Amino acid sequence: MNARHAGTTRAAGYPGAAFVLVVLVLLAGSAFGADSFLTPLGPIAGAEREYLLDIIGITMIAIVPVLVGVPLILWRYRRGNRRATYQPHWSFSKPLDIAMWGVPVLIIGFLSVWLWQHTVKYDPYKPLGDDPLQIQVVGLDWKWLFIYPEQGVASVGEMALPVDRPVSLSLTTDTVMQSFMVPALAGQIYAMAGMQTQLNFIADRPGFTRGQNTQYNGAGFSRQSFAVHALSQNDWQSWVEKARASPLSLNARTYTRLAERGSRAEARAALAPDQGSGPLLFSAIRPDLFQQIINRYHDSKGLTAQQQPGSPAYQSGGEHE
Amino acid sequence: MTQDTPLHPGLNLGAPHGEAHTRSEPVIFGFWVFLMSDLILFGILFATYVAMRNGTAGGPGPLELFDLTSVAIQTGLLLLSSLTYGFASLLLKHGNGQRRGLMIWLIITAALGLAFLGFELTDFHSMAQDGGVPSRSGWLSAYYALVGLHGLHITLGLLWIGVMLVQIGVLGLNCRVKTRLLMLGLYWHFLDLVWIGIFSIVFLAGVA
Amino acid sequence: MSDPIFGRLEWSSFFVHEFIAAPSIDSAVAAGAGLAVVVGGIALLGVLLRYRLWGRLWRDWLTSADHKKIGIMYIVLALVMMARGVLEGVAMRTHQATALDGGILSAEHFAQLFSTHGTIMILFVAMPLLIGLINYVVPLQIGARDMVFPVMNQVSLGLTTAAAALIMVSLVVGHFETGGWSAYPPYTGADFNPGVGPDYWIWAIVLSGIGTTLTGINFAVTIYKSRAPGMHFMRMPMFTWTALCTAIMIVYAMPPLTAGSLMLALDRYLDFHFFTNDLGGNMMNYANIFWMFGHPEVYIVVLPAFGVFSEISATYAAKRLYGYASLVFATMAIAAVSFTVWLHHFFTMGQSASVNIAFGIATMIIAVPTGVKIYDWMATLYRGRIRLTAPMIYMLGFFILFVIGGLSGVIQANPTVDFQVHNTLFLVAHFHNVLIPGTLFGMLAGIQYWFPKAFGFRLDERLSRRAAWLWIIGFCFAFLPLYWLGLLGMPRRSASFSDPAFVPWMYVALAGALVLLSAFFTMLQMGWVSVRDRKRLAVPAGDPWDGRTLEWSVSSPPPEWNFAATPQVYSRDAFAVEKEAGHPYLPAQRYADIKMPNATSMGMAVCIAATLMGFGLVWHIWWLAIAGLLGMAASMIARGFVTQTEHTISAAELEQAHRDWLDDVANTRAVTRDEETSPGNRGLAAADVVP
Repeated sequence: MNARHAGTTRAAGYPGAAFVLVVLVLLAGSAFGADSFLTPLGPIAGAEREYLLDIIGITMIAIVPVLVGVPLILWRYRRGNRRATYQPHWSFSKPLDIAMWGVPVLIIGFLSVWLWQHTVKYDPYKPLGDDPLQIQVVGLDWKWLFIYPEQGVASVGEMALPVDRPVSLSLTTDTVMQSFMVPALAGQIYAMAGMQTQLNFIADRPGFTRGQNTQYNGAGFSRQSFAVHALSQNDWQSWVEKARASPLSLNARTYTRLAERGSRAEARAALAPDQGSGPLLFSAIRPDLFQQIINRYHDSKGLTAQQQPGSPAYQSGGEHE
Repeated sequence: MTQDTPLHPGLNLGAPHGEAHTRSEPVIFGFWVFLMSDLILFGILFATYVAMRNGTAGGPGPLELFDLTSVAIQTGLLLLSSLTYGFASLLLKHGNGQRRGLMIWLIITAALGLAFLGFELTDFHSMAQDGGVPSRSGWLSAYYALVGLHGLHITLGLLWIGVMLVQIGVLGLNCRVKTRLLMLGLYWHFLDLVWIGIFSIVFLAGVA
Repeated sequence: MSDPIFGRLEWSSFFVHEFIAAPSIDSAVAAGAGLAVVVGGIALLGVLLRYRLWGRLWRDWLTSADHKKIGIMYIVLALVMMARGVLEGVAMRTHQATALDGGILSAEHFAQLFSTHGTIMILFVAMPLLIGLINYVVPLQIGARDMVFPVMNQVSLGLTTAAAALIMVSLVVGHFETGGWSAYPPYTGADFNPGVGPDYWIWAIVLSGIGTTLTGINFAVTIYKSRAPGMHFMRMPMFTWTALCTAIMIVYAMPPLTAGSLMLALDRYLDFHFFTNDLGGNMMNYANIFWMFGHPEVYIVVLPAFGVFSEISATYAAKRLYGYASLVFATMAIAAVSFTVWLHHFFTMGQSASVNIAFGIATMIIAVPTGVKIYDWMATLYRGRIRLTAPMIYMLGFFILFVIGGLSGVIQANPTVDFQVHNTLFLVAHFHNVLIPGTLFGMLAGIQYWFPKAFGFRLDERLSRRAAWLWIIGFCFAFLPLYWLGLLGMPRRSASFSDPAFVPWMYVALAGALVLLSAFFTMLQMGWVSVRDRKRLAVPAGDPWDGRTLEWSVSSPPPEWNFAATPQVYSRDAFAVEKEAGHPYLPAQRYADIKMPNATSMGMAVCIAATLMGFGLVWHIWWLAIAGLLGMAASMIARGFVTQTEHTISAAELEQAHRDWLDDVANTRAVTRDEETSPGNRGLAAADVVP
């Protein structure tokens, strides 16, 4: 190590340099999170990452002058520096003002066109191709229920999907507002009781990632995550077969138990104590369950607290048919 | 400054009132700002009402619940009360400090306001009889909140008129009392304006 | 169902109950916080009684209608609430550092922490800080003697204090809301949260909302109607301009908050269906109403900070403000556009792409005037003679950090990216990044700058600078890592997480939080040392920084009446121009009798009645709620019958006081900026000698 290197090491004693050093160590240590859109599993998340970097790049035109200019000005025009020009009455310059307004206007104008194009192109409601796989998602406190109407199966805490086939999610909740997010595939969309929202994405390589609820909904909120498996065609078929072989079926009794406030583990303990750990799979489903969950909130009688899943007063096996 | 120079929007007392004229300037201006703020409150409830227009949830709707005859009478009473307050304002400005006429017009205004409130509460009662209670649906919640907020304003206005009657009696028509009567006038006419909005957006559009 | 006398209040509602029933770290922290409130309250009372300060406190402060005293009380309230907010922040950082699959606090407790932290920091720290500063400074800057409505000013403070008291009481009796500072239903509705938590939130919000609305009216009317002769709009100091814009925004933005929280109250108390899942309710409406307030609120709290930076950049660069007209226009533009962007708080609610595009572009447009302001301040410093005093250190931190916050704001304005970073720690990093370097640094710089005006002595410069650096460094460590965690997908409000990669970042953030805590304590130390050394730091002549605007032309602290004679204004930077012309500190040509508002207990009456009403409503103690309401009504009606509301100060007295002070100034040694932070600075600025 030469003298110059030794000098930089000493400089690390300063807070700023120490900060940079810590950041570098942390970046090297943690790498990119596997469940983030920074390591995308599909083209939508990939495009979102690209777009993020593009915005940062173009915005730098406006920001770098400040980051560089402010320290320079503070140093150059410090009171102690008698050689610098001092113009106490200077307070306006037309060309400078035009630049100050003009440059940000141009940047924002440019970004606005971009924003427009990207927002249309990556509208979460836009289908990504023919024959998408339909998955109905129901947010419960504190777990996600995935219903596969075409396959006649359902799962809790695990979403499996085939690679290279568009996926179209329909979402609702049977409790408070939630936000469904799978960063590595498509980001998030709200799910609300009595309403249906949509999210479209596609996985372009097999892999594993995680998704979660991001809208706070009570004590179990931070554990309301789920596994996402992007599977090859064969693996996807065997996943469906495995679900079809499950002894559990999703009927009125099992659903009301599932809808109770509590973690996935608690639901499993109640429904399938012998199934070990991991996600819950259901072989048979009521075909209209999803629509029924939505319709219940449009009933002219309303729901009492006892009938409302997610409420502390909710009683499973109560009046829910 | 000539007598005709208005210092603030709306009815000015005018230079013959001397100190009361000049000192009411910032106060009345401030009251206008308050009314703008209050208008936003009503605006939010109007917007909510329109957004919830279809949220009857299978319950009774405007056609079943609204009694347009009563609403027409309420509108008439409230407009008339604005007119009578106008007479009170004219006496305040040009009445050379005589209190009796002013107080009589205020009492008439209050009586009309009270009658309005009576009709409104009767309407609420009969709507409730027909199942139109606020807990029945989102639309009814929005209806009661909007119309009820206006009714609450009228109630506070009546209380204010009552207090002003006592103040005129006890304190006389001093500088402060005059300014307050100007503010009360703005308030009362403002409620008229809001009612026109309710009349058109809630009742007329409701049965149209 | 509930008791007629005690409502739903029970012994188990009190703070120690849970700790006794189930001792743990979690319940110990909660009990400790409750105990701190009780002990703090008793200690304060004890000090007041022991040193017989009660009478003076009541006469000179609590019943005063003087805008300067009300302003100071607002800032004291803010600092007390800030102590709690900062401690909560540290508690949350500590918890999250241990939150890999667990954490030292319960999820429920953590939820209360982030909910109170947000509510307190926005509504009971940022707002009282800026309202206090505006209250103190604006009448002095525009040459007025007081607010147009001095008693209403007192009532505003009373209502804000009552709301803050409710939040403090929630530590002792019951618990606070858990759905965050925005309290989205249906989670906060009666079905899902039947307890008292959301009710504490609602009534604190309603009371402070009404108080703040009245303040906004007061500020706007004062600035419109009470300016000294000759002070046209385009001669107003920039801080006054930003105060005016903030006041107008308050008038229009607070009613949606009041409406939204009252509608939530109707849902909870009377079974209305505004935001419920069923029977036609619509929770999306709440999101719209809340953010119609919430977004303008962001600019309400940041604009006055922009005003402070405008003042200090000109003063400490000893130079005219660059681009005054540009800055005025940019401020107005921000105020106007900020009402058209609220939907960007929920791009992910499933509306059409075109709606998202409209609001996304509107959001980015705000970046233009904001950017212009930054450049204007840089141009103000350019070719100046800059002294890097404590306020300028805050400004340096603001410059560098705020543009990063602006960048992350532009990023999130894009719906495409927002689908990824919404509701994550990226957002948390962003709003702390604009609120701390923006609002907080601005307010602290402002306090640093105007403190000598208010109290007659400077703050200890060494400790001030240390505190400023600690705030900046602490911020970087505590919040910049959160950007990265947000990009990695960590949701905000997480009581636990399962990815071990987050842990090192959490420790960095915790270290940052501890630095921020030390910054707060350094400020307390700075206050203590400055009060101790107040003789050495005294600046009775009133102009310690070679200031440019009217407030520096009077003594420090200023007399009750501010100006012995109403000043005549001929230009911008009125006081700087007088000094350049060589004739500051002249006796008035004519002194006249003036009237000043009398002290009144109206504000305190409203404060106490409102607190009782709020407590009664939260706990369903209906008799108490009604008594509180009647108490407020009665005090207002009674006030209407008070005829002696002002006292007269004679021209002779004014002239005597003014001439005495002018004599003192004449006997004071003027110093150049070289001695600005030395004991030689007694508040009289010499014409500077730099070429």
